[in-house]
Amino acid sequence: MEQLVKRINGMIHLKAYNRQRDDLFFITVEKSQLELVLSHLKNNEGFTHLAFLQAVDFLEDSKFQLTYMLYNYDIRVNLGVKVLIGRDKAEMTSIHKLWAHAWQYQRELHELFGINFPGSPRVEESFVLEGWEEMPPMRRDFDTKEYSERTFYQRPGRSTNDPKEYMKEKMYKNYAASPRIRRDDE
Amino acid sequence: MNRKHIDEIEKQMKLANEGLPEEERKFFADVIPTRVDPFNKYWEQFLNWARSRSLWMLAFGTGCGATELRPLMTSRFDMARFGIFPRPTPRQASVFVVGGYASIKTIKRIIRSYEQMQGPKYVIALGSCTINGGMYYDSYNTINRLDYYIPVDVYIAGCMPRPEALIAGFNRLKEKIVAGECEGMNEYTDKFDWFKKNQKEIIKDWNMPDYNW
Amino acid sequence: MSNLSESKYRGFKADRSKYPEMENGKPVIDLESHRYTKLWQGPQHPGVTGNMAVELIVNGDEIVSAKTHVGYLHRAFEKLMERRRYIQCFPLVCRICVPEPDTNEYCVSAAMEDLAGITVPERALWLRTLNLEMSRIGSYLMWLGGQAGSLGMGAVGQWTIGMRDFWLDLFEEMTGGRVYHMYMIPGGVRKTLPDGFRDRARGLIVRTRKLLYDVENTFLSNAIIKSRLQGLGVITTEMVDEFGIVGPIARATGRECDIRINNPYVKYGELDVKMLTSTVGDAYARAELRYRDLHQSLDLVTEILNRIPEDGPIQADMPNLLNWKIPAGQTYVKAESTRGEHGFYMVSDGSGKPRRVFARGASYTHAISLLEELAVNISISDLAGLMVSLHTCPPEIER
Repeated sequence: MEQLVKRINGMIHLKAYNRQRDDLFFITVEKSQLELVLSHLKNNEGFTHLAFLQAVDFLEDSKFQLTYMLYNYDIRVNLGVKVLIGRDKAEMTSIHKLWAHAWQYQRELHELFGINFPGSPRVEESFVLEGWEEMPPMRRDFDTKEYSERTFYQRPGRSTNDPKEYMKEKMYKNYAASPRIRRDDE
Repeated sequence: MNRKHIDEIEKQMKLANEGLPEEERKFFADVIPTRVDPFNKYWEQFLNWARSRSLWMLAFGTGCGATELRPLMTSRFDMARFGIFPRPTPRQASVFVVGGYASIKTIKRIIRSYEQMQGPKYVIALGSCTINGGMYYDSYNTINRLDYYIPVDVYIAGCMPRPEALIAGFNRLKEKIVAGECEGMNEYTDKFDWFKKNQKEIIKDWNMPDYNW
Repeated sequence: MSNLSESKYRGFKADRSKYPEMENGKPVIDLESHRYTKLWQGPQHPGVTGNMAVELIVNGDEIVSAKTHVGYLHRAFEKLMERRRYIQCFPLVCRICVPEPDTNEYCVSAAMEDLAGITVPERALWLRTLNLEMSRIGSYLMWLGGQAGSLGMGAVGQWTIGMRDFWLDLFEEMTGGRVYHMYMIPGGVRKTLPDGFRDRARGLIVRTRKLLYDVENTFLSNAIIKSRLQGLGVITTEMVDEFGIVGPIARATGRECDIRINNPYVKYGELDVKMLTSTVGDAYARAELRYRDLHQSLDLVTEILNRIPEDGPIQADMPNLLNWKIPAGQTYVKAESTRGEHGFYMVSDGSGKPRRVFARGASYTHAISLLEELAVNISISDLAGLMVSLHTCPPEIER
């Protein structure tokens, strides 16, 4: 795996590399070099299986992180390729030519995160939402609880407790007050 | 078949919301359902007794509660001995079992299937998520209370309810039908505007699927 | 009228010499010409698996184009998990796939353990393996009933789903839950085995084998079933990487991909799991492969029952779960479900709630891009059989 990283580093500049487990590695590459890296990994290094493509919203840094998870059947290793892209007017190159199912993930990201993939087939179609008028719902700044309370009718009777306080009151208060339960050393 | 015939057939087979004015097009049913009152008290009692003995269930697995319908249909719990039988189309069914959480895309199909069913029709709602949202109470895509969108006769609590609970729920429905308390269809007619208002609040896209026949 | 009879393998290479006309490599379907009909199979349809829909354009009874519509079961699990503490996420995830919830539980627990650096005790690992294999048996039994039922053979469904119910009874003894078990909590498992569990499980294995003997005679050896499934939905080896196919479907083409062997998790490294493959790649090969895999699962359960340690801890030392903060990091944990690779990608930012959780279900590609490709040029009546043969599970597509 280290040799692979060296080979890729000879081609392009790797921004980061870390090893999570024996069979899981992550590399971070530049946005412009992603397609090059992916096609190299697929065609020459044997990472032929695209497990998924997903986005993570880092609202504080105003960045989206895209993760392309690849798998190599020969050395049996997962490799995650991470790319950071800007959050405003997010746009990414489409990889639908490399894998025939990549357009599905791109359609999902377009709908749930609002990331645009120009040229990806059927990217404008709706995936899970129908008649959605708010901002893309998987973004961090979309508050699903507030939307749910605003839109759907609540049935009265549901109460919410802070688990920490609730358990303290429920368990330890009774525990201290109860005369029957005593520790041996008391 | 020449063009004229084809046009004629197309005219007959138009969509349910086609040809209506733009405001009314948003209603799914092209006519408001009418109230059906009992013809005679004793005749109605006999009919209710008969109806409770043959509940035909719409086989529309709308959520994860549909998983427990399958053991119920098959050999171990065998709901056919209670006179309950799954039917593939809403036109033949009298009981609608809403299997759990209803997402916005599904509630539109639930309403459409419910409106297609012939009266008298009954609704059983499974699971906590139809009662108050359950563990999806804060989800942006699932409704919290089903009885704001279609009238519900029996709720079965649990996540998910066991087949025994389903049988108990069906028995409760039978008791209610014999007692003449299941007037969900007439309730839907009487409060049609209220139901439609609630439905329109969440379902933004009322377009029908495009058929070409 | 159709070209079905000309090619033995109806699946991948769609013969579109007559319908529809091709233009620049794309089919031209003119709905106004009254030669094509648009039909919807689902969501309210007994022939679809779960709650999904396939929009078909048919010519006669031959499908010329198919498009999958999902989203009827979207509950936004991933969004809800971002709002919940780690331990509160745990009861959510098993709802992602209803017939086989334990793979989800294992994956999310293992992801949290991987990020937090917790080692699970030996006995808990064995109990997890037992639970995972038992859920595989339940899911395969349900699939057998579905595959037979989709071809109009109701009797097999009556038997196998009835038998699955007895496995659910064992789950109830073991975990307290019938369908959703919530058993593999982070750091270990919740309970040990009850008294007499092993004997009852061994008895049930014997009964299941007896049932499978009948199923083999009536279903897999049935001439009608064979003639309908053979040649249906052929997947070639090249398509495996192209479409990201995993699990039994890929193994039926000869690709050796079983995560239990390739990347052993829990205790599969110490067990004798065989790589079952076939070379045909059609629906019958997949059915046969799943049948053999079911037998292997029964073998594995027998072996696991003999090897579970009698005593030892079942829980690692955990911090206060109500206020559990996991250090920042990213991980991807996968397991072999009955449909293939099932994985959880978890991103933690050091707070008490996950930053992002993504559940990768195998049906995601099988039910959309693969089904749309394979459904072309088959008859409408075979579509339900094809869909079950791909073992699509809609809730794990849209989550």
